Amino acid sequence: MRGATDPPSSRILLAIGLLSAAALAYEVLLVRLFSIIQWHQFAFMIISVALLGYGAGGSFLSLCAARLETRFGAAFAIQAALFGASTIPCFLAAQALRFNPLEALWDPGHVFRLCGIYLLLCLPFAFAACCIGLALSHYRERLHYVYACDLVGASGGAMGVMGVLYLVFPGTALKVVALLGLVASLIACRGLGSRWWPVVLVLAIAGLLVLPEGWVRPQPLPYKGLPQALEILGTRVIAERSSPLGILQVIESPQVPFRHAPGLSLNAPAEPPEQLGLFQDADGMSAITRYRGDPATLAYLDYLPSALPYHLIERPAALVLGAGGGSGVLQAIHHGAREIDAVELDPQIIALLREDFREYTGAILDRPEVRVHSADARGFVAGASERFDLIELSLLDAGGASGAGLQASNANYLYTVEALGAYLRRLTPGGILAITRTVTLPPRDGLKLFAMAVSALEAGGEAVPARRLAWIRGLKTHTLLVRNGAFEPEDRSRIRDFCRSRSFDVAFLEDASAAESDRYNRLGQPYFFEGAKALLGPERQDFIRRYKFDISPATDDRPYFFQFFRWPLLREAVAMRGAGGVSLLELGYPVILATLSQAVFLSAALILAPLGVRRWRGLVAGSGRGLPFRVVVLFAAIGLGFMFIEMAFIQKLGLYLGHPLLAVAVALSGFLVFAGLGSAAVSRENRPTRPAMAWPIAGIVVLGSSYLVGLPGIFAFASGHDTWPKAMLALILIAPLGFCMGRPFPTALAVLSHRAPALIPWAYGINACASVIGAVLAMLCAIHFGLSALLALAMACYLVALTAYSTRSYPD
Amino acid sequence: MRGIKSNTFADDFDPLTPTLSRTEREKKTVPVPEGQGPRRATRRFNYVWLGLWLTLAHAQGPDPYASERGRLIAEIEHEFHWTASMIGQAAPDPRVLEVMGQVPRHRFVPDNYVDDAYRNEPLPIGHGQTISQPYIVALMSDLLDLPPEASVLEIGTGSGYQAAVLAGLAKAVYSIEIIEPLGRQATERLAQLGYKNVETRIGDGYYGWAEHAPFDGIMVTAAADHIPPPLAAQLKPGGRLVMPVGGGFLTQYLVLVEKGQDGALTTRQLLPVRFVPLTGGH
Repeated sequence: MRGATDPPSSRILLAIGLLSAAALAYEVLLVRLFSIIQWHQFAFMIISVALLGYGAGGSFLSLCAARLETRFGAAFAIQAALFGASTIPCFLAAQALRFNPLEALWDPGHVFRLCGIYLLLCLPFAFAACCIGLALSHYRERLHYVYACDLVGASGGAMGVMGVLYLVFPGTALKVVALLGLVASLIACRGLGSRWWPVVLVLAIAGLLVLPEGWVRPQPLPYKGLPQALEILGTRVIAERSSPLGILQVIESPQVPFRHAPGLSLNAPAEPPEQLGLFQDADGMSAITRYRGDPATLAYLDYLPSALPYHLIERPAALVLGAGGGSGVLQAIHHGAREIDAVELDPQIIALLREDFREYTGAILDRPEVRVHSADARGFVAGASERFDLIELSLLDAGGASGAGLQASNANYLYTVEALGAYLRRLTPGGILAITRTVTLPPRDGLKLFAMAVSALEAGGEAVPARRLAWIRGLKTHTLLVRNGAFEPEDRSRIRDFCRSRSFDVAFLEDASAAESDRYNRLGQPYFFEGAKALLGPERQDFIRRYKFDISPATDDRPYFFQFFRWPLLREAVAMRGAGGVSLLELGYPVILATLSQAVFLSAALILAPLGVRRWRGLVAGSGRGLPFRVVVLFAAIGLGFMFIEMAFIQKLGLYLGHPLLAVAVALSGFLVFAGLGSAAVSRENRPTRPAMAWPIAGIVVLGSSYLVGLPGIFAFASGHDTWPKAMLALILIAPLGFCMGRPFPTALAVLSHRAPALIPWAYGINACASVIGAVLAMLCAIHFGLSALLALAMACYLVALTAYSTRSYPD
Repeated sequence: MRGIKSNTFADDFDPLTPTLSRTEREKKTVPVPEGQGPRRATRRFNYVWLGLWLTLAHAQGPDPYASERGRLIAEIEHEFHWTASMIGQAAPDPRVLEVMGQVPRHRFVPDNYVDDAYRNEPLPIGHGQTISQPYIVALMSDLLDLPPEASVLEIGTGSGYQAAVLAGLAKAVYSIEIIEPLGRQATERLAQLGYKNVETRIGDGYYGWAEHAPFDGIMVTAAADHIPPPLAAQLKPGGRLVMPVGGGFLTQYLVLVEKGQDGALTTRQLLPVRFVPLTGGH
């Protein structure tokens, strides 16, 4: 039996790495799976709270580590096997509870279901935490190796799961995670001398391999778009594709046509032709439209507000950002665009249109005038050298999540003042930027968009933004036009004709009146027109400040277009709850707050629980007064600081690299790998002295401050280059910072290993809880104060950690 | 047109409207559409059933849910003040409340939600659908402003509750449901409860119900990303179409389409709540 002073064997280190990879992959997968079952914001909440299982594991271990350490090998192997074995059953049981967040508003029974889900999903994480915590405690003289393997393994898990999701569906990927856990146990149990344990594991692995696919498929709630569509007689799924961005499912409905045309005028002479429903994560329907080359079948596309720019520019060179199911491209084809560049983030959607439904769509993406780009819209515009007569941002985010206002926490670089500026710079003289969005009432996102357009025009040097803006609205959608030049009287006349013949309202034109802005789709008050006027006038700031919703322009530093929440709204929504008051609320932000409060409450319980146990208190009592408090501050500050920096970089790289998944991959792998290297470099001789902690933290503060000032410049300098050199540069920037960030945690643990080794698993649990809280707090901080403030806050956390780190009472 | 309208739905077998005498009820019964009348055997069975029910009901009082329904109606009336500025009236049409005070909502919800039937909340009815919040039902019914002799079309029968409410406000109700099991269930339920002036059909509601068009009112309770133009075409001059926007549990706003006497269409977007855009002072 190896002891605390023996170095961990490579076998154990491999098992730790595999287990960490599996645990992180499980986390990512659960978010994906619950985004399909429910809505992604609630998936975030559920998984965030479930991650407190790490903290629970640490707390449990702190009470019985001594007992488990005597049989470390067996304890590790059993916990790893329990992780692997529990991943699938816990997910299936949690899914079977059918928690419906929307119903929870009325039915308190759903709160109990939610608690059940938390308990079930936190179990596998608790088992994983027990393994890692036990290893840290057992190899306390070499714990930096354990931590390094933990980080590098997690990095592999993050990258691996994204790759796997391109190849298989999330349910199958779940089997891979379970397999990793069991394999980690198998590796760890070698040399234990037990004959039956490997046999059990091999049988379990075999069972896993023959587990039918259908058993691990996520079952969406019946209130999501896909299950509802499938209730209609004759509907069926005819194609499916998976990617880390989501599951795509194509539905045919031969008996009842889909007729998807958001915002179609009541005056439309024709209905949409035959369509297939395209669902992402079982919700947010868009359509794939049948096209046989007869333009008459597309006549309906001229009766949408988004058709307006085609009545102002003849045969434009159009850039369609967010090709989706191809409606925007069809609209451009129908209106005779001479060149069409279509940009779509998800390559699987392009594959569906180009391969699976090539004939059905009339091969629209392969027409000579159409060029397709699989890229992020903002990234594409930043890298494009040509100019366009029309840039169209179609209903990219149409669908359920948007409708329910759940996107508040999503950083979105498509809708920021800087983004609008970038689009405008790619317009030819007289060119038009057209943005179509769903009407939300009471008015909020339309006004925010208008405010951003005004800011972008002013930033571009326009003294009279009003002359370059036109805004129309129908019943369900509105379209904002921003021109590279003024709308002349002839244009304004065409806009009015377009609106009159389609019963759309002129929400704003330089010479519009309040009356014509509320003529066909009456709101009773010309909210849109009055808002637009106020946003163009000297009282803009006062209007934004006093408006009921947060309509302050989203910027690259605060890229949260979908954040409209203000506290008074909550009070009103509650007062009017019996009369549809919930329509005032965007649920996204309250869900973040709910997540934070649950995480804080449960973390406090988990951290304090061991302190409540008298026996354990006795153990700590010998370590010096105030030590537990200092341990809490120290490890919480390190956990928060790490998470804040990681989150800030993920968001900032999203813009710089032009692809959200690449940003996550580069940031996670960069920070975890380099932090792992930093941890591994903490030598055994590294005494728990103040400089051992002070130097890395000084490094973090100096590098962080430099990045705070220099990153925008560096990113701007590199923006013209290809993606991979840019990713390499990002990794180079992350490397020294990550290296420094990997050192405080093992250094602090090293102190504990000298002073109070029993506290090690507890400290690990505190760090885990702080990471969960940190991820949620980071969102709130970024929404309110911006990403730069988040980075500054991270440095403050590390300075607090340094303050809490004291070597006075530690032995030399 | 406003005013208290007499009860127009036939309730031969509805034990929950005991305020009307049998003679009165027969007088007010509208002719049963062809092919819709219950067969003699069924009728006999229903009389037996009614007798049994009345025996049991007598032991518990005339209507065990009457007081709960009364409370719900009072609550709806109270909540209407939030809407006053939007729809231009501080109280709903008393006819709407009277009818809602008679329709047994507990018969339209799944068994496990019977106890919650008279709370002002939407409830699930299976197949991913909901029975609307009573306040929204009242608001939408009120917005249709139906004359007693009205003919009304509903797209999305769901549980049949809204159709039952409309049955008390109009002469004839035609309701189309796209989800087959729901449509069958609602049809049976409405027949059981004696709503003879409601005709249902399972199918696609996009083209309305041409045989019975034009309509004084159309209610679209099914999700739609645009108002089907054929439906607007089936509105009578002066008729109204109401459609809620939002998910099953959360109604964000209502759309009201009015057809002028000249056939011109006007659309209004009505918030179910009071909205004051600006807060605080300068």
